[in-house]
Amino acid sequence: MAKSLRKIDIIFAPYSRCPYKVLENCCKKNKKDIIQNLIDSGLRGRGGAGFPTGLKWKFGAETEGDVKYIICNADEGEPGTFKDRKILCEVPRKVFSGMGICAHVIGATKGFVYLRGEYKYMVTALEKEIKMFNNRAQEMGLDFNIEIFLGSGAYVCGEETALIESMEGKRGEPRNKPPFPVQNGYLGKPTIVNNVETFVSSMMVCKMGAKEYSKLGTQDQHGSKLFSISGDTPNPGVHELELGLNVADFVEEFGDGDTKAVQVGGVAGFCIPRKKFVETIVGQGPTTGGATMLFNSSRSMYHVLQNYLEFFVEESCGQCTPCRTGTQQLLKGIKAVKNGDKPPAYLEELIKLSETMKISSKCGLGQSVANSFASIVENFKEEMIY
Amino acid sequence: MSDVTEIIEKQIDKYGKKRETLIPVLQSIVEKKHYLTEESMLEVAKNLEISAAEVYGTASFYSFLDIEERGEYVIRICKSITCDMKGKNEIIKALENKLKIKCGETTTDKKFSLLLTNCIGWCDKSPAMLINDEVYTELTPQTAVKIIQDYYKK
Amino acid sequence: MTNMINLKINNIPVTVEQDTTIFQAAKKLNIRIPTLCYHEDLCVAGNCRVCVVEQIGNKNLPASCCTPVTQGMEILTNSRKVRNARKTIIKLLLSEHDADCTKCYKNGNCELQDLAKEYCPEETEFYIDLLKDKVFTIDMASPSIIKDDSKCIKCQRCVRTCAEIQGVSALTAAFKGADIKISTFFEKPISEVVCTNCGQCINRCPTGALVEKRYINEVWNAIDDTTKHVVVQTAPATRIALGEELGYEPGQRVTGKMVTALKQLGFDSVLDTDFTADLTIMEEGTELLTRLKRALVDKDTTVALPMTTSCSPGWIKFCEHAFPEFLPNISTCKSPQQMFGPLSKTYYAEKKNIDPKDVVCVSIMPCTAKKFESDRPEMTDSGYKDVDYVLTTRELALMIKQAGIDFLKLEDSKYDPLMGASTGAAAIFGATGGVMEAALRTAYEIATGREVPFKNLNIMPVRGMDGVKEAKVLFEDCLPDWSFLNGVELSVVIAHGLANARQVLQSVKDGKANYHFIEIMACPGGCLGGGGQPIPTSPEIRQKRTQATYEEDMNMPIRKSHNNPEIKQIYEDYLEKPLGHKSHHLLHTKYSKREKY
Repeated sequence: MAKSLRKIDIIFAPYSRCPYKVLENCCKKNKKDIIQNLIDSGLRGRGGAGFPTGLKWKFGAETEGDVKYIICNADEGEPGTFKDRKILCEVPRKVFSGMGICAHVIGATKGFVYLRGEYKYMVTALEKEIKMFNNRAQEMGLDFNIEIFLGSGAYVCGEETALIESMEGKRGEPRNKPPFPVQNGYLGKPTIVNNVETFVSSMMVCKMGAKEYSKLGTQDQHGSKLFSISGDTPNPGVHELELGLNVADFVEEFGDGDTKAVQVGGVAGFCIPRKKFVETIVGQGPTTGGATMLFNSSRSMYHVLQNYLEFFVEESCGQCTPCRTGTQQLLKGIKAVKNGDKPPAYLEELIKLSETMKISSKCGLGQSVANSFASIVENFKEEMIY
Repeated sequence: MSDVTEIIEKQIDKYGKKRETLIPVLQSIVEKKHYLTEESMLEVAKNLEISAAEVYGTASFYSFLDIEERGEYVIRICKSITCDMKGKNEIIKALENKLKIKCGETTTDKKFSLLLTNCIGWCDKSPAMLINDEVYTELTPQTAVKIIQDYYKK
Repeated sequence: MTNMINLKINNIPVTVEQDTTIFQAAKKLNIRIPTLCYHEDLCVAGNCRVCVVEQIGNKNLPASCCTPVTQGMEILTNSRKVRNARKTIIKLLLSEHDADCTKCYKNGNCELQDLAKEYCPEETEFYIDLLKDKVFTIDMASPSIIKDDSKCIKCQRCVRTCAEIQGVSALTAAFKGADIKISTFFEKPISEVVCTNCGQCINRCPTGALVEKRYINEVWNAIDDTTKHVVVQTAPATRIALGEELGYEPGQRVTGKMVTALKQLGFDSVLDTDFTADLTIMEEGTELLTRLKRALVDKDTTVALPMTTSCSPGWIKFCEHAFPEFLPNISTCKSPQQMFGPLSKTYYAEKKNIDPKDVVCVSIMPCTAKKFESDRPEMTDSGYKDVDYVLTTRELALMIKQAGIDFLKLEDSKYDPLMGASTGAAAIFGATGGVMEAALRTAYEIATGREVPFKNLNIMPVRGMDGVKEAKVLFEDCLPDWSFLNGVELSVVIAHGLANARQVLQSVKDGKANYHFIEIMACPGGCLGGGGQPIPTSPEIRQKRTQATYEEDMNMPIRKSHNNPEIKQIYEDYLEKPLGHKSHHLLHTKYSKREKY
């Protein structure tokens, strides 16, 4: 096993014999203590934005509201990500536990699992589990029940405010922030939106305690994370690893011996070229959902970038100028450079454009395009031109 | 139209006559009728008392709320990068040959529509595709064609 | 007690209330931040990103129109970072816009053009043309509105206008990503959906994506045709806004100059829609009193009350779609424009000894729905198309410019006789509440023999910009013929903007309100805010136009419709009496139910 790579098995560890025991215990605990524990653990959201979970729940508890909502973001649309699928199939009770603890702490009575339409095949099994949860919650005296809301094929609905718009029966167009969902969310009420894995991790933190949990990972990024690994690897699948791992070690473990580039964080993340494997630590700065794709030397990075840009052009909600038009310009731009209609120097213009998109787009989708665009163009320039 | 009205009323009974019910309503119509027609969207507008344009604007946003005619079985082949790397083009060719249609089209017997879609979350078992709600993974051109043949037998 | 927030913009300290946006705070300091999707009349969208500014400590640029200020915030509106971002965003917008300005009606009055002029004048490199591989059809099916998607920059102002201000929602954003477009239901032509033709979307479109259907060439052709006798009628709201297109500030009355200009353009007779506005009052006032008599004296339960006004064709089409059960309630009177049309080809033609087939009737309107109205199949009671062409205030301004007329230097002229005299009551038709006020001035006097009990005849309770205004007028000591009205407190309500109209009708439908007479104008502010008026529009501009309207009224020698000598003449010489046989044939109409969705 490579040096910085530490595998652990917390999230998929089998259920304890008594389901929802952790939830039951938490319901008897002081709400402020639970929140403080979560803050102390340093747990950050596992969906992509990486917001400190304890803080989010703290705001949720402090915001006044006659009605509050918990939404589990299971829209998992980031290409290369499939960990939430596995969690919902194998350990859904841990998700609902996390949701239940959150509901107890902030005073919510209704929860939703926003399940992407592509995962509709698991609805029957999930509904069975949800029914069991709803009954158990009632038995415990927790006034909280969960329901599934199905998505309909829109990557942007993974963004929390777009998700909420979708649940309200509208186009999945992200809202202006502030106000944040915790103040003004679903139907204008205080709402906590967290990723599937975040709810599981929150529950683990409550079970293990902040001290134990923060022993894992690095100073900056605590705990463990699920990595969805795919591409040119002999070992694709979901792997739980401690954060702070070095990409070179990662490639040693999961590469096929000829790894040329690693895409960390899905298409909204960064492309690390071979020459930067050693110096790059995964987990410094926000990690986007843990999707990791490996490319070997047979792959054309131009083709990869084109695939990413086609994705963004299609999936952009279309509202804001920089994202709607910028994604199209980047795609047409690299094609123009490739076929000689524009000089190679135009790539610099495109990088500048992507930087402007990063700082002026309305939501994370437009803001993230520059990540993969700049990292691929800068590190694989020859492949863009010839 | 009465069967569409029935579907709509059932959702309204479940969730109430409000805007939040729109997407569940559209999803149920697509589930039973495979896609949304002009008439069915008007019916939704009438029953939920929303403008027809808003129903259309909302439906057209979502890739799985088809507003173009679709067959009984909608095949969606994943085109995101990992599935692309692992051979989605061969799968597409094989199915185009088998069904005698191009991507984006529907067979004349209205049995199959062949579409491309973005990442469906099975990158570790690529290439993958959906046929309606069912997932098929680790496809080869041969297995993909066999799956279609089995559907014909249904 | 709201919290006050202290912040700095461009190093200048400013204190504002909590929830104020950066944009509003900058305005307080007279710092202008460019915007595009932002509009005073609409909810904030925050999607064009033109208004981004730099916030010290924030790596992203917040959009100033939708970001609330925070304590100690430091904003720079003109840093290098901001200028570069703004330039990029404007260039991006230009890349998805048909920027062939020389072919565009909005050339010279386009917000995108203004931004390009201000921020990109030295640019030689623009982005790749995004329109190249796309197919656009221009929707020209409607007689009122042209929609050209190749000029659309997806600010969604039109969608918000149609939804929030008009409550119609005929437009929506459809699809997403690169395919996003502003569309109707199933991309049908505007003429085939619930669009009311009000043109409020046109007023707020920053580019030329939405404009009116123009008939300038047809009118020039008619004027040039020596065999034709071309008469022109002018709406009340045109004379108080035309100046804005020709060098004046909003709120300037230019009636006399407008008449002179029309004469110089070559119209054979310059007449006034205000004349038929007075006529409408006679007919509609009588109609109201007749309905009241049927209800109160004859106890006729079939009589449709409340009665609503009928001069706003946007309102009429809205009612036909959304509230067809109220069609019997609408006054059968045609609008002043449509009363004028048939009279120009019968009464006027006879008096002037002109063959009616040679009369061409042109109207100048603040309205785009009037173009649809003149095309309605039933508007042919003269035996010909009653109103041949409708021009907006904007089109008239363009014709004046084309003719090389120096508008500011013109002397005033008077309208031509026969159908050119009017009153203050007619002049106020252009403001919300104006028709109601004009009707009350006449109806009250017919019934009681006395003037309305309001100082200077100014019925203040029906005036102003509140979306829904209610008023009550007590009828007592009535003349013998009208004694059935003694003790009746006439309950009236005025709504402007179709969302408000919907609210009023719904309350009547639900039995929550008891009115006798309802005035509805499709456009906010009334006709003075109409879809054919000078662009831009704003609450301030509409307020100034309102002031001008009531000034016009105060300056008219005659202020009540029934005292208009030409009105007395037309009844004596031609129509006999209100609701008489000729009136029924020429001046009244019916309506048709349309699809609700």
